[in-house]
Amino acid sequence: MSFTSLHGFFAMGGYAAYVWPAYGVFFAVLIADWLAPSLRRRRLLRELHGRMTRQSARERGKAPATVPNPPAS
Amino acid sequence: MAKWIPLWLHKLSSPPTFYGFAGKIRPWAIGLALVLGIVALYGGLLLAPPDYQQGNDYRIIFIHVPSAWMSLFIYAVMGVSAFVAVVWRIKLAEVVAMESAPIGAAFTFITLVTGSLWGERMWGTWWTWDARLTSELVLLFLYLGVIGLYHAFDDRRQGARAAGFLALIGIVNVPIVHFSVDWWNTLHQGSTVNLFGKSHIAASMLWPLLTMMLATKCYYVASLCGRVRTDLLALESGKDWVRRIVIGEVQP
Repeated sequence: MSFTSLHGFFAMGGYAAYVWPAYGVFFAVLIADWLAPSLRRRRLLRELHGRMTRQSARERGKAPATVPNPPAS
Repeated sequence: MAKWIPLWLHKLSSPPTFYGFAGKIRPWAIGLALVLGIVALYGGLLLAPPDYQQGNDYRIIFIHVPSAWMSLFIYAVMGVSAFVAVVWRIKLAEVVAMESAPIGAAFTFITLVTGSLWGERMWGTWWTWDARLTSELVLLFLYLGVIGLYHAFDDRRQGARAAGFLALIGIVNVPIVHFSVDWWNTLHQGSTVNLFGKSHIAASMLWPLLTMMLATKCYYVASLCGRVRTDLLALESGKDWVRRIVIGEVQP
């Protein structure tokens, strides 16, 4: 163990302002890289599901329940 | 000789098979990445002694160097799959190449920012136009170019083809980044860790570095699997196997 106290660990021998932002950027970028595709996946699944229900509704000859008719103006 | 290899590869390259395969690998890869990452951070931040010249500032090495290795490794993977995609037009190879680009860009960005934070105190400057730094910046622009070109086309496969060519041309930059510290007189130091031969680093600092390298590799596999799965669903959206997955996963 190279640090004797928690304070010493956070101080990083006076380099805290350089070491911790570096680690912060590392984790922030990787977390963003992890979350962005999972959001995209959820959006895509919902979109595909909507497309499929509309298509099967059309095939049954009914107006799709999820898409309201445009207002008659 | 070993006739099963091409057959196995051929089966795996079919989108529904790979979708299932990637789904099985992904949790293991991210789990391994987290465990190895925590072990590496413990070793690097707590166990390793301070550097005799740089004090504790050198601890940036444990993320800077693995990220830099990943920036080159991912480009190599992207280049090889772009080659396969351009020559044989295999859909999976296109997807792997195109979905590697954002992860590679992320690691390149981390490399540049952490290097800059490190350089400010040790070199006295955030940035300098020396060979290593400039070629790494060019690597980031290549990644961004590939991502941009891919999304510039309405037809995804056409975009993947154009971006694949760009990725192939950009491969020349990979050895330039790697050997820049030998070919030019740079402010950036030469390589400390040698795969073949003696490394110029203490064992207590080397093992966290190598563990973090494995962690970032596992992270890349996990992130790539997730991205490729989503892309395959989008590309094959009309097919039956995608319908079954959509019905199974979306509760109305």
